[in-house]
Order: sequence, then C-alpha cells, then structure tokens
Amino acid sequence: MTPLLDVRHVRKVYDGHGRTVEAIRDLSFSCAPGELVCIVGPSGAGKTTLLKCVAGLLAPTGGEVVLGDVRVDGPPPGMAVVFQEYGRSLFPWLTAWDNVALPLRQRRTPPGELRRLVDGALGEVGLADVHAAYPWQLSGGMQQRVAIARAIAYEPRILLMDEPFAAVDAQTRADLEDLTRSLWRRHAMTILFVTHDIDEAVYMGQRVVILSASPTVVLEDLAIDLPGERDQLATRSTPRFAELRARVYARIQQAKQRSTT
Amino acid sequence: MTPAAATRRRARSPALASRAVLGTLGLLGVGAVLEVIPRTGLVSPRYLPPSSEIAVALVREAAGAAFWRALLDTAIGWALGLAIAVVAGVVLGVVLGSVRALRAATASTIEFLRPIPSVALIPVAVLLFGAQLRSVLLLVVYAAFWPMLLQVIHGVADVDPVARDTALSYRFTAWAKIRYVLWPTGLPYIMTGLRLSAAVALILAITAELVIGAPGLGKEIGLAQASSAVPAMYALILVVTSVRLEAAA
Repeated sequence: MTPLLDVRHVRKVYDGHGRTVEAIRDLSFSCAPGELVCIVGPSGAGKTTLLKCVAGLLAPTGGEVVLGDVRVDGPPPGMAVVFQEYGRSLFPWLTAWDNVALPLRQRRTPPGELRRLVDGALGEVGLADVHAAYPWQLSGGMQQRVAIARAIAYEPRILLMDEPFAAVDAQTRADLEDLTRSLWRRHAMTILFVTHDIDEAVYMGQRVVILSASPTVVLEDLAIDLPGERDQLATRSTPRFAELRARVYARIQQAKQRSTT
Repeated sequence: MTPAAATRRRARSPALASRAVLGTLGLLGVGAVLEVIPRTGLVSPRYLPPSSEIAVALVREAAGAAFWRALLDTAIGWALGLAIAVVAGVVLGVVLGSVRALRAATASTIEFLRPIPSVALIPVAVLLFGAQLRSVLLLVVYAAFWPMLLQVIHGVADVDPVARDTALSYRFTAWAKIRYVLWPTGLPYIMTGLRLSAAVALILAITAELVIGAPGLGKEIGLAQASSAVPAMYALILVVTSVRLEAAA
C-alpha cells in the first residue's frame, strides 16, 4: 500500500545566536492509510520538533515530508493536531461548542452540516452536555476532550497528537487512551501519536517507531502484534505486552547510555 | 460565623459610606481654607480670589454660550486626536508586532521619536497650521500615539505560541487569526493604552489651546488671565480638572 504520510530523511538544525543545535539528524518512516503509529523516544529526542515538521509548522533543514502525494510546506488541509497544552490550544474566550466549530467555519461548512459535525463530535467524546461551558470551567481531561472533539469534527485524513495525555492524571489518561482508540477505529483515520511513555506507546499503537536521543535517528520500527481489541487490564497483563514493553524499554535505555558516553 | 467576621461584615458598608463622606469633607475643607486665606490677607485676593467668588464666576461662565463652545472645541480636539492616535496605534502596532523584521528595523526609530515631548512640537504646529484645530490635533495625536503603539506591540507579542500553532494548523484565514487570536489577546493591552493615551491627549489639547491660542478651554483660560478676570480663570481651571477626571475614568 502506498503510504499516506512519508517522512523522508528529515533533518532539523536550529541555528541562532551563534549556536547550532542538531535536533534531528536523519529520520525516515511512513504511515499507511488508517494506521495508528506511535513515536516514542527519551525526553529531549526532538519528538515535538518532528511533529511540527510533519504538521508544516516548522520547515525541516533537510529531507521532506510528503502527505498523500504532496510535499508539506505549510499546514496541509485534512490534517488536525492535538497539542499537549490543551489549556493554551483552546481559545478561552470561546465556549466548548464554538471552539469545536471555529475550524469548520474557516472551511465555510454550511450551518446544518456544521451543527451536525460539532454536536456529533462533542457527543462522541462524552461532552454532549457542556456545549455552553468555557474551557476554564472544565477539568483538564474534559478540556483535552474538547480539543479531541475539535480534531474529530474537522474530519482529518491524519491526526497528529503531541503527548496529548502527558498533563492529565492516570485515570483520565487511561480513559482518553481508550477513547482515542475507539475514535480511531470508528473513523478510520490515520493517527500519528507522539509520547514519551513506553506503556502508552505499546498499548496504543499498531507500530511503534523508537527514536534515539538527540541528534535523533530511528532506532527501530516495531510492529505491535497485539490483538486489535485492547483493554486496559487484560491487554496490559498479557505476556506479549510485557515482552514488547521490555523490548522498547531496552532500546531506549541503550540509546540513552550511548548518548551519555 | 465567628464574632470577629460578623463585626467585619457589619463594619464594611459603613466604612464605604464614611469614605465618601470623608472625601466630600476633605474637598469642602480645602474650599474653606481657600476661602479664608485670601480674606485674611495671607495671599492677595487679586491673585487668589476666595472660593465663593470662583464659584460665582463659574456660574456666570456656565451661563454664556462662549463657555460651552469652548468646552465643545476642547472635547472635539481631544476626541478626534485620540481617535486618530488609537486607530493609527492599533494598525501600526499590529503590523509592527507581527512582522519581526519590521519591528527590528523600526525599534530604534521609535525609541528616538517617542521621548520627544509633544510640547516641543508647538513651533512646528504653529508654522504648519497656525491657531487652528489642526495644530491641536498634531500635538494630541503625537502624544497619544506612542503609548497606544507600544501597548499594541506588547499585546501582539503576548499571543500564545500554542494558540498560534493551533490557528495555523487548522488553516485559519488571516482575518480569523486577527479576530479570534490576536484581538482577544491584545484587547487588555489596548484598553491600557487607551487610558494612558486619553489622559495625555487632554493635557496636550489644553496646552495647545493655551499656548497656540486654538479655540477651546485652554484659550479661554489664557484670555481670562490676560484680561485679569482671575476668578473666571480659576473657574475654568476647575472645569478642565473635572473634564480630566472624567477622561481618566
């Protein structure tokens, strides 16, 4: 199958104030349509930099990102991003409903269609009853649900998620992981999910792309052969889950040691 | 409720009322002192008439059409100048704040022009426009423009990078970026700029009228002084003060 997203030899060097930092050395991987791929790496591995390059928010120094068969050189249509900092990504001066509706208004979605999409998306993330609430009246988990609803209502071909659950508590996090997987299966989207959490990467993904520490390269592209139906308790207690988890963990530890010596 | 809290609650509203009473008493006290000082001969009543005479002069001024025309002239010079400064400050501030190269290129120029006291431009205004509204406008706009511009530049710089990335990734139109990201972020800064500019604009409007002789309250003060109508002069100064209090609020 031809990939939907193709990251080809991307390199990113930050250059400024007489200091150059090579954040990403050489990264290549691809996502097939409908795939859920997790990117995992130690902190400071340039994961956010990579995601910004993919999202067209940052121009890579070398290489290219291709979405469909178009080279990304700015935020492409059909792509939505869910940021870690949900509190700053939602507009505090708009209600939850208007936050979800705003990107659709940019596309001149007809009013009836708009209402259907926004109501549907908020319902799917379990927020059918908080349309009129402002983001700051909601808990952190609910705010991130609004951000996810905004992305779903946008009907993207590919959804990028940048450590989306790093700032919520463990219980909420498990709920949001399952929510994301169920949305993924229902909408047949492609999801690129960036995280520093190894358990989360193995639990969520069909594939896990393991990154080295900065300057970043791909250490391994690991297929997760767990069954498609996943459960927080059952899946996480299978021997296969433990094996995969251990393998990713070992890889990242290796990378860390190599980078410190 | 603890007894202490109960006492505090009971005490609060009388405290507020007594503050207003005290404030009024203070003003009346100053009025009384200013009444007594000239009458005792401590200061010559020719230069500082008793406050009762000032009050009478105020009533007499208020009865004449010239006073109201002057008040209107001052208000027009102030409001028009402020409006021009605010619009120019917001537009230029957004442009300079958004384009980094432009901001870097203009920063030193702004720092050079901003400290020029507007009053120092009076000769320029006189040469260009004479004793007209346009002279007033030149000075008012110059003075009121800088606080507005700087506030807007700061406001634009305060836009959250995550909010900006969100707007970019959902491909907001340029108008939507301004309407939904820039404007709400910058609004508190604009309000601060407006208050600063409004106060400085009135000072410059009065100054221009007084010094250049453009029509308005400032000119009336100058005329009253020149014709030794001292109580009328003080009455007009009182009016200007109350206008300023209004403008600041």
